[in-house]
Amino acid sequence: MSIDIFLLIEKTALILILILASMGIAAYSTWAERKVAAVMQDRIGPNRAGPFGLLQPLADGGKLFFKEEIVPSDATKWLFILAPGLFIFTSLLTSAIIPWGADFTINTADGVRIISLQVADLDIGILYLFGVVSIGLYGIMLGGWASNNKFSLLSSIRAASQVISYELALGLSLIALVMLTGTMSLREIVAQQHGFWENGYFTWYIFKQPLGFLIFLVCSFAELNRAPFDMTECDSELNTGYLLEYSSMKMGMFLFAEYINLFISSAILVTLYFGGYNFPFMDQVAQMVPSGVFTLISVAVFFTKVVGFILFFMVIRWTLPRFRFDQLLKLGWTGLIPLALVNMLITGAIALYFFNR
Amino acid sequence: MNLSNRSVAVDRSPMTFSERIYIPEIMKGIKITLSHVFKKAPTVQYPEQQKPFSPVFRGLHVLNRDDEGRENCTACGLCAVACPAEAITMEAAERKPGEEHLYREEKYAARYEINMLRCIFCGFCEEACPKDAIYLSETVMPTNYTRDYFVFKKEDLLITDEQIKERKAKKKKS
Repeated sequence: MSIDIFLLIEKTALILILILASMGIAAYSTWAERKVAAVMQDRIGPNRAGPFGLLQPLADGGKLFFKEEIVPSDATKWLFILAPGLFIFTSLLTSAIIPWGADFTINTADGVRIISLQVADLDIGILYLFGVVSIGLYGIMLGGWASNNKFSLLSSIRAASQVISYELALGLSLIALVMLTGTMSLREIVAQQHGFWENGYFTWYIFKQPLGFLIFLVCSFAELNRAPFDMTECDSELNTGYLLEYSSMKMGMFLFAEYINLFISSAILVTLYFGGYNFPFMDQVAQMVPSGVFTLISVAVFFTKVVGFILFFMVIRWTLPRFRFDQLLKLGWTGLIPLALVNMLITGAIALYFFNR
Repeated sequence: MNLSNRSVAVDRSPMTFSERIYIPEIMKGIKITLSHVFKKAPTVQYPEQQKPFSPVFRGLHVLNRDDEGRENCTACGLCAVACPAEAITMEAAERKPGEEHLYREEKYAARYEINMLRCIFCGFCEEACPKDAIYLSETVMPTNYTRDYFVFKKEDLLITDEQIKERKAKKKKS
């Protein structure tokens, strides 16, 4: 079997663009986070580095690069160094299965070639997603444990129990979704949400799975370790937790990976529940413009939705106070998991009764 | 006792159902935070924008000269005596013939130093001076890394020729 060189080039280019885009969006998320916080607290926010402070992420990154690297003498050195790399690696891994835009066609000598904006169309996409999200936890756990600091260790234990508890509800809410889609491939899930309105009902899964969406949203807050569930970092009790012993760019990578995670989970939320790159009247638009332009439009639509979600995550962070840890676990185990089970039951009953699947 | 009429008793009643499912309460919170998006920030962009000082503001000292550019100070030492922080040191000297354009009276301060680290900016020196030679301006004390910087010499304190010109122009107007 010969490897299609064309495919290789195409996928390599896509991966490069994806990594660069994730980095760029993560960098500007830090800026956006500070701006959102400032606007909501009647402040100005970063405005000194460049117009509207737009060069602030570069300044921050440069500062982190030139800081002194400190590895605590009691730390397990290679795990300590591995942890941030692992964290950022797993956060980038998830982007492989997300369809970023509609396919486009180019004419070659061999005929029409379809190029899809998805690195890998796995037929077990959702399972892959779970796997990668679970590995992502190892970054935090190794970092916290290898620092040999009690605060860091406590923080990583919290992270572990929090992520495990919320992953259950996350999985249960997705099972209800999978019951409706009948497939685990993200590409097909997006294709099922084509357009906006079909056969007298909305196509986007947010309208078919409102409860499931809500559970998934809450769980992704917990998986992201973001406020109101930022138990791992909580500055007031744990001194930023697993980040405590990290300095220089290793800390930068942790912070960066968190924002990449934020971007990726927004993308997943959009893909699963908000129709991915689909938008109303897309068929009419597709007829009017060439396929390359249509792909660009669909990518733009996708990223608009993603930015909307990122902003939503930020608004929530600057609105709600942090949960107490026992409240967090109580909400997860006695609130979300039974709710997700009920949701699953209802979805199953409806799917069986109306669609006989 | 109620001092401000604004105190609110803490409500410790158990959470109602709508509070326990959080979502209505979260909506309330988002409503509050989003309402702040449309409010104007009260920020003053400091180095570019500056708020006016109050008329009684006491900043850095200035040693005065009259309109012909002659120093007012006669090194009488009253300011040094009045100074509660003992920040002022001076040495007197006699005016030589031919120096009348520099010093207004026969005696002048050859050396005049204020240690700004000791100074408490009380303004007693200004009140004590019989010749209107020293007064406190509206300049904020600058910062520096070395202690030596903060012992201000006579040259640092004297008002400049431009400042005298500015003052003359202001007088003409009024």
